[in-house]
Amino acid sequence: MDSTWAALYIFLLAAFTGYEVISRVPVILHTPLMSGSNFIHGIVVVGAMVVLGHAETPLEQAIGFFGVILGAANAAGGYAVTERMLEMFERKPKGGQ
Amino acid sequence: MENFVQLIYFVTAFLFILGLKRMSSPNTARSGVVWAGVAMVAATLVTFFVPGLHNQGLMILAIVIGTVVAWIAAKRVQMTDMPQMVAIYNGMGGGAAGAIAAVELLRGEFGEAQGLKLLAILGALIGSVSFTGSLIAFAKLQGLMSSRPIQFPAQKLVNAAVGVGALLLALLVLFTQSGPLILVFFLLALGFGVLMTLPIGGGDMPVVISLYNAFTGLAVGFEGFAIGNAALIVAGTVVGAAGTLLTLLMAKAMNRSLWSVLVGGFGVEQDSGEVKGSLKPIDLEDAAVMLAYASRVIFVPGYGMAVAQAQHKLRELADVLESKGIEVKFAIHPVAGRMPGHMNVLLAEAGVAYEKLYDLEDINPEFPQADVAVVIGANDVVNPAARRQGSPLYGMPILEVDKAKNAIVIKRGQGKGFAGVENELFYADNTRMLYGDAQQVLGHLVQSLKKL
Repeated sequence: MDSTWAALYIFLLAAFTGYEVISRVPVILHTPLMSGSNFIHGIVVVGAMVVLGHAETPLEQAIGFFGVILGAANAAGGYAVTERMLEMFERKPKGGQ
Repeated sequence: MENFVQLIYFVTAFLFILGLKRMSSPNTARSGVVWAGVAMVAATLVTFFVPGLHNQGLMILAIVIGTVVAWIAAKRVQMTDMPQMVAIYNGMGGGAAGAIAAVELLRGEFGEAQGLKLLAILGALIGSVSFTGSLIAFAKLQGLMSSRPIQFPAQKLVNAAVGVGALLLALLVLFTQSGPLILVFFLLALGFGVLMTLPIGGGDMPVVISLYNAFTGLAVGFEGFAIGNAALIVAGTVVGAAGTLLTLLMAKAMNRSLWSVLVGGFGVEQDSGEVKGSLKPIDLEDAAVMLAYASRVIFVPGYGMAVAQAQHKLRELADVLESKGIEVKFAIHPVAGRMPGHMNVLLAEAGVAYEKLYDLEDINPEFPQADVAVVIGANDVVNPAARRQGSPLYGMPILEVDKAKNAIVIKRGQGKGFAGVENELFYADNTRMLYGDAQQVLGHLVQSLKKL
C-alpha cells in the first residue's frame, strides 16, 4: 500500500471522527464549537511555516510570509475567541446569585 | 529529528480530536480548548526543527505579527461582536491554505504527482473562496457594509460564470505549468468568494460562517496532502467533517435549507399579507406598573439586547422582579441573536442562572400562563407570521409571545427584522411598544420598579 492510499484512509477515518465527535451537541454549544473548530484548523500555520521554510525566490518568500501571518492569526485569534466564549460557561453551575 | 517531529504531530492530532470531543459538552468545554491550545503551541514549536528549513527569522516575525494582532483584537472585542471575529479568523485560515497552494503550484513542486496537484488546487479553490467570503461576512456583520442581501441584474448568471471559470482555470492549472494562469485562477476563486456571499443576508450569516469554517478545514486537509503533513490532514479533515455537520444542524435550527441560504436573497421578498391593527406605544411608568403587578414574567432577548449591551441591566431587572416574588423566566430561541447559543453566552456573562434559561420547546407551553412577556430586541423569532403559509418566515419555529396575556416589546425603532417582514405581534391588541435603547429602557424600568 503506497502512501497516497494510506493518506486517503487517514482522510476517511478523520472525516468520520469529526462527524461522530460533533453529533448530538446541544444547540447552546454550536457557536463555541464552531469557534473551537475554527481554532483547530489554525494548524494551517504549520503548513505555511514549512512552505516558507522551503521558499527560495522573493515571491515565494512573500507569499509564504503572508501565509504564516494569516495562519498564526487564525490560530491565536481562534483560541482567544473560543476561550472567551467558554469562560462564560465556567460559572455555570450556581451562576448568578 | 524527523521522527520526533512526527511524534509531536501525532500527539497534536490526538489532542485536537480529544479537545473537540470535550468542547462538545458544556462541563468539559473549557478544558477542551486548553488541550487543543497546548497541542497547537507544541506543533508550531516543533516545526522549527523540521530538517532542511530556512527563513526561520521570517517565520518568527510572521508568527509574532499574526499572533499579537489577532490576540489583542480578540481580547478587546465586545462579546456581541464574536460572530464576526470567528468569521475573519476563519477567513485567514482559508487564506493561509491558499498561500500554501500558491507557493507549491508556482514552484511546480508536484512533477508527475497529478493526484497531489489536484488536491492542492482544490484546496486553493476552497480556501480562497473561504478567505474572501469570510471577509465579506465580517464586513456585513461589523457594519462596514449593508447586511441586507446585495443583488444586481443577472447576478446568478455572473456568479455561475465566475464559478465555472474558476473550475476551468483549475483544470488548466492542473495540466500546465504557467504563472499567469495560476494568477488568473486565484483571482477567479477569490472573486467567486465575494460574489457568493454578497446576496446572503445578515440573518443567514451564522450558517454561512459555519459553512466557510468547514471549507477552510477541508482546504487545510487538502493542503496537508499536498505537502505531506499528517497533522494538517487530520485536523483539517476532522474540522471539515465536523463543520459540515454543524452547518447542517444550524440550518435545521433555523428551518432553512443550506441550498436556500446559498441561493440568497432572503429578506428581499415582497411582504405578503396585510397587517391588521396598530402599533400601541406604552410609557416607562405604565410598563413598570404592568410588570410590578404580574406574577409570571417571561423575558425574550434578541439581537437588540446584544447590540445595546443590555444583558446586565436585564439581569438587574429580573433580580428586582424576583425580590418582589414574581416568577421570572428567560425564553431562548435557538437562533436568537446572530448565532445559535449567542443569548446563552451573553446572559451567562451577566450572571443569569442557567436554570432560568428555557429552550423553545420548554417555554412555549408556558406563554399562555405568563402575565407579561417582555421582548427585548427580538423580532423575527417572535413573528406569528411564521405560522402562515406564504410568509417568507413560514415554517420557522417561533417563541409564542403572542399567546401571553400581555406583551411588551422593547425596540429601538420601527424597523423590520432581518427577514424584512412586518411583525404581526407588534400590532396585536395585547402588545405594547416601548421604544428606546434597550439598556436605557431596562435601567429606567429598574429604577421605577424599585420605587413601586
